[in-house]
Parts: sequence; structure tokens; C-alpha cells
Amino acid sequence: MDTVLGIDLPTWWFLLIGALISGYGILDGFDLGAGALHLFFRKEESRRIALNAIGPVWDGNEVWLVIGAGSLFAAFPLVYGTILSVFYLPFILFLVAIIFRAISIEFRSKEKMKWWRKLWDISFCLSSIAISMLLGLILGNLIQGIPLNANHEFVGRLRDFFNPYALLVAITVLSLFMMHGAMYLIMKTEDRIFARLTIIANNTSKFFILCFMATSLATLIYVPHMTAIFKDYPELFVLPIGAVLIVLNIRRSIEKRQYRRGFVSSSVTTALLLILFAMGLYPNLVLSNIDPRGHISIYEAASSDGSLRTMLLFAFIGMPLVGMYTVFMFWTFRGKVKLEEHSY
Amino acid sequence: MDNVELLSRIQFAFTIAFHYIYPPLSIGLGVCLVVMEGLYLKTKNKVYEELTRFWVKIFALIFGIGVATGIVMEFEFGTNWATYSRYVGDIFGSALAAEGIFAFALESAFLGILLFGWNKVSPRVHFMATVLVALGSIFSALWIVVANSWQQTPSGYRIEGKGMHARAIVTDFWAMVFNPSSIERYSHVLIGALLAGSFLVLSVSAWYILKKQYILHAQAAFRIALWVAAVSSLAQLFTGSKSAEVVTKYQPAKLAAMEGHFDKLAPADMYLVGWVNAKEQKTTGIKIPGGLSFLVHQDSKAPIPGLNSIRPEDRPTAVNFVFQTYHLMVAIGITLIGLTLFSLFMLYRKKLFETRWLMGIFVFSVLLPQIANQVGWYTAEVGRQPWVVYGLLRTSNALSQAVKAEHVLASLILFTFIYMMLFGLFLYLLNKKIQHGPDVIDSDQEEPSSRMNPVFN
Repeated sequence: MDTVLGIDLPTWWFLLIGALISGYGILDGFDLGAGALHLFFRKEESRRIALNAIGPVWDGNEVWLVIGAGSLFAAFPLVYGTILSVFYLPFILFLVAIIFRAISIEFRSKEKMKWWRKLWDISFCLSSIAISMLLGLILGNLIQGIPLNANHEFVGRLRDFFNPYALLVAITVLSLFMMHGAMYLIMKTEDRIFARLTIIANNTSKFFILCFMATSLATLIYVPHMTAIFKDYPELFVLPIGAVLIVLNIRRSIEKRQYRRGFVSSSVTTALLLILFAMGLYPNLVLSNIDPRGHISIYEAASSDGSLRTMLLFAFIGMPLVGMYTVFMFWTFRGKVKLEEHSY
Repeated sequence: MDNVELLSRIQFAFTIAFHYIYPPLSIGLGVCLVVMEGLYLKTKNKVYEELTRFWVKIFALIFGIGVATGIVMEFEFGTNWATYSRYVGDIFGSALAAEGIFAFALESAFLGILLFGWNKVSPRVHFMATVLVALGSIFSALWIVVANSWQQTPSGYRIEGKGMHARAIVTDFWAMVFNPSSIERYSHVLIGALLAGSFLVLSVSAWYILKKQYILHAQAAFRIALWVAAVSSLAQLFTGSKSAEVVTKYQPAKLAAMEGHFDKLAPADMYLVGWVNAKEQKTTGIKIPGGLSFLVHQDSKAPIPGLNSIRPEDRPTAVNFVFQTYHLMVAIGITLIGLTLFSLFMLYRKKLFETRWLMGIFVFSVLLPQIANQVGWYTAEVGRQPWVVYGLLRTSNALSQAVKAEHVLASLILFTFIYMMLFGLFLYLLNKKIQHGPDVIDSDQEEPSSRMNPVFN
């Protein structure tokens, strides 16, 4: 099989798409979280500050979703088609929420009327919550596996997606993003809203740890295949232990008021949780919960070697560029938010 | 056609037609912004600065809706057309991923600086951001049109597997990118976008001129946009005929439908206007006899294959629709050439801004390139039917197997409702921004009062 630096091409793409999804989780995660917290801010000025903290960057954050989805389409078209069509309605709702969120941010500042702003505030908050939870719901089902027969055909029902485990994962994702968003907003704000956010960060982090423990326990009990890898490679156990330590570090950072460290910790947590998910999957991308022959492995779903190789070259050129834009953007808008004429 | 297919096709057509209002506007407007801000940097004239700031706000509104509706398109390939996604992932997916990594990332990152960076970065860096956003949107169109062109004229691939497991594999990446129709179709689409954007600027500026508001700004913007529009509309004649050549060579069924030509092998006429009766295989209207034959072969007697030379199951069904959309596009193209050239003549005679009826036409002219872009796209896509990938994959075979008709219906209703609301809000906010006009910053170069008076050149 074709390899680059000793790693076969489908595995390269498994890693790259994992990195893109983690990047999306970390970047859009904080602005989705900020959106989910939006209605906790009561004063108009606070809401504007919170909105403008993500204003110049949220669109750039969403790029990671577009590139991630495009890469999945290009590298593993079978998985792209299967996941998106199987989760048809959840993804349609996800798209609707994406639209509402984008226009809420854009439209809110365009009128001064109280009802107008309130309307878009609610729309912004609800769509942010919906996006986070729908992603969690889909993730929760992918962890458990979905009913695919030996030909990879979906033989389940839509309502089975709304099972307790998937809902638990959905809430966990929401709680993670809310905590992450609070941490980001703290770094960008001062005075009244800052004080309010220290309380919110405290509460959301406690809420997240509760969800984290519940999900970990439920995964150990109900989804044992996700932890099977640790039997073969016990040294990998360092990762879940690391995750626990990092999560505890979030609490420590909040108590010590080192919010930048807390933000980094919640970013690492997001990445680690996705890495644990990826380790449970590999070398599969989609698991079937009724027939092991229904699993879709990266080798079965991969595009041709030629295409993967060309795209890998593109990724090696393009990803550093995307990284540079991202850094330049955050650097330009560094520091605390000040409202000005161009603000939302 | 079963319900899932019909509904999925309606949904795709509707969502992409709606999406396609915005990207051409932002591409064309982006180029106008580069000129405006460039002129500001060069001349330090406040009018150009105020103009740039004003149009950046409108750009943001258009761009925002374009992105939101564009993400829908990307996901729809997987949700509604999973078999298609699997079939073309190697190719179409690569182009889509390249678009994300090389174009969309560029525009989105620098959009933040374009919108919010006025006081954060130097004017030069801000101008660079404007240029990069414009470039990003131009590259973005490139990859999307490449992907679509591959569906029209596939090349650089081979088919692997059989039946439901068949898929297209890239054998030559650059042959796939530069497939026989890529360059011709891309230049045609790009110039269509320049027309859409420049005519928006023309329309708004003409309205200010008629209302005698922001005269200095409006005239400056009008001149910039008129040049962009005049050059573009002339160039469009060229790219249009190039695109027609490609269709002639590679998509004979589409060409036959465009001119309502049924005869198996006979000289073909060219219609100015007409009506196709597909049942009786008759086309009537005002025509140049042998015109199409002459255009294609420089010989009015040369035979052109008609629809009857193609297997019935491989012919586009909506022949009259393709005919009408194509002819409307051409008619608008010709109108735009006449309008812009005449206006340049009037500008040269220094009478342009006083000619009220002409300004009145320009206020409504914004619709023309929009309509032309829409119907041109319909011609290209409906004319390709019944194939989703020309000659390789039928639209009816491209569907998602896991999706039920009632789910597609639900999503279609949802999208229809949201897009209607979105369009209403877009028009409302656009109108509001136009009514508000550019913010005039007090400057010592000019008395503010002189700005309110009509100044004719």
C-alpha cells in the first residue's frame, strides 16, 4: 500500500480529518458556547460586548467545518454519503441552525428596536445550543454505532437516534462548549460582564465535570467497544488519565483565576475527547451496531491513492496557510473588546 | 420519477438558485471595493474612503447570507445525493476540499479584518485584506466551477467497479481540473459575477443621483462601476461564444435543446425569440435560417445533430425551458452591452448624470445580470439532464438510499420558509442601508454643504 513517511494514505486522512474536526471543536466550540450563554447577559451593553468578542473570528472558525466536511467528502466519500444521509433530519436541522445563527449575528445590530434585538438574541442563543446538541447527538450515535447491514445499508429508524446515551453526549458537548465559551469571553472582557462570567465559568465547569463523569461511566458500561483498544495497548491508557487531569486543571485554573490557562485546558480537553473517540473507531470510521461486516473502514471508504496523495500535498501547503490566517486574525483582534463604530 | 428524486431535485434547484444570488454579488462588489479603496489610498480623497466604508457594509450583508446558504449546498451533496457523493467523491470532493482550503479560508479570515479592522490595522494592511477577500471569492468560484464543469465534460478519470459500486477515479488531476469546459465556463461565470456586482453599484448610485443625494459619492461610484460593467459585458460576448463552442463539441443534446433543434441531422436555425413545442417537435419564432450552422461551422448549410439523433432516454426533457432560459440570457447580455456602451458615450459627452431617464433605467438594471446569471445556470444544468455527470451517471441513480420522501418534503418546506424570510429580511436591510447612505465624515478638503448640492461634471 502507498505510504507517506511510513503511514498509509487513508490513515493520513483519518488523522487530518480528525485534526480538522478537533480544530473546529476548539475554535467554533468557544463561539458556539458564547452563543449558548448569550441570554445569561442581561444588559444590552454586555450582550454587545459578548457578541463582538466573537464578531471578527466566528466566520473564520466555521471555515474549519467547511474544510473538514469537504475533506471527508474528498477522502472518504462513502462515509460522507452514509453519515449525512443516515442522519438526514439532524443534519438538516443543523444547517437551519447554522443559517439562523449567521443571520442573527449579522442582523441584530441593524435595528435599534428592543423587540428586534431580543428576537435575534433568542435566535442566536437557541441556534448555538441546537448546533452544539445536534453535533453531540450525532457523535453519541456514532460512538454507539448505527444499524448498518453487511452492505452498509441503513436499516434503522430515525427515532432510535434519540436514545439516552446520545442525549447524554449531546448535553456533555453543550456543557463543554459553554464552559469553553465562558473561558474565552473572560479573556476578552472586563468590569461587569467579566465579573458575571467568572461565576458562569465556575458553574459551567462544574456542570461539565458532572456530564464528563456521567458520559465516561456510561461509555464504560454501555459502549465497551470504545475502550477495547486499551486491552491491547495498555500504555495508551495515559490519554484518558491525561484527559481527567486536564479537566481537573480547568477547575484549578478557574479557582486560581488563570483564565488563559483554563481556556487552553478546555481546548485540550476538546481535542483529547475527540482523540479518544478516534482511537475507539480506528481503523473504522463508522461502526455498525448490528453486524460487524457493516463497519465502514477507512480502507473501504477511501478515495483512490492518486487523489489522496494529491490532496495530501494540498493539505501540506494549505493547512499552514489556514493556520497563519487564523493566528493573524486572532492577533489582530487581541486584547479586551472595546465597542466602537464598526461593532455589531 | 419517484418522489424522493423529484423532491430532492426541487430542493437542490431551489437552494442553489437562492444561494447563487449572493456569491456573484460579492465577487463583483469585491472587485469594485478593491478599486474604490485603491483609489482612496492613491488619492487620499475622503469620498473614496466613505464610499468604501459604505459598500463594505453592504458587502458584509451579502457575504453573510452567501456563506450561510453555501454551507447548505456542501452538506446537501451528502444528505440528498449520497450515491452521487460516493460516485464522484474522488473528483468533486477534491475540488470542494481545495475550495475550502485555498479560497474560503482566505476570504473568511480576512473578512474579519475588512469589516472590523479599520482601527486595528494600517490602511495598507486593510487594503491588502480587501484584495485578499476579493481574491478568495474569485478562487472560490474557480474551484466550484471546476467541480461543476467536470460534471458537464468529465475528463482525467476512469470508472472503477460496477453497478451500484461504480465510482470515478482521478487518473490525471490537472486534466480533471482543466477539463474541456473549465476555463470557458469559469470565465463566463466570473464575468457574470462582475456584472452582478457592478450593476448593484450602478443601480444604487443612479438612485442617489436621481434623488440628488450623495452626488459626489454616487458619481464616483457610478464611474468605477460603469467601466467594470462595460468591459465585462463586452468580454461576456466573447466568453459566451467560447462556452457555446464547448457545448457544441461536448454536449450536442444541450446545444440542440438550446435552439429547439429536433432534426436528426440537418442545418440548424438560430432563433432570436421563439417557442418550442416538444410534443410536435416544432420550434417557431423569429430566426436566422441556418444561423446556428453558420456559427458552428461557418457554413449555413452544414448539418447539426438534433435531439432525434440522440437516444430518447438520453435527451433533456424540458426542451422549451432550456430554449427560453438560454435566449433570455443572450438577450440580456446584448442589452447590457448596448446600455453600458451608450452610457460611456454619454459620460464622454458629459451628459450621463443629467439624463434622468437613463439613470431611471440603471436603478432597475440591477435585476438584469441577476436574471441572466440565474437563467444561464438553469440552461447549463437542465440542459445536462437526464445526467448528473454527463454520459456517466443519471440523476435518478444519484440519490441517497437511506432518505425517505417525507423527510425530503419536510426539509424542502423548512428551507422554502426560511429562504423566503431570509430574502425579505435581506431586501429590507439592504434598502435600509441604501436609504441611510454613506456616512460623510467632516473633512477640511471640502465644505460639507457642497456635498449635498448636485455637482455635474
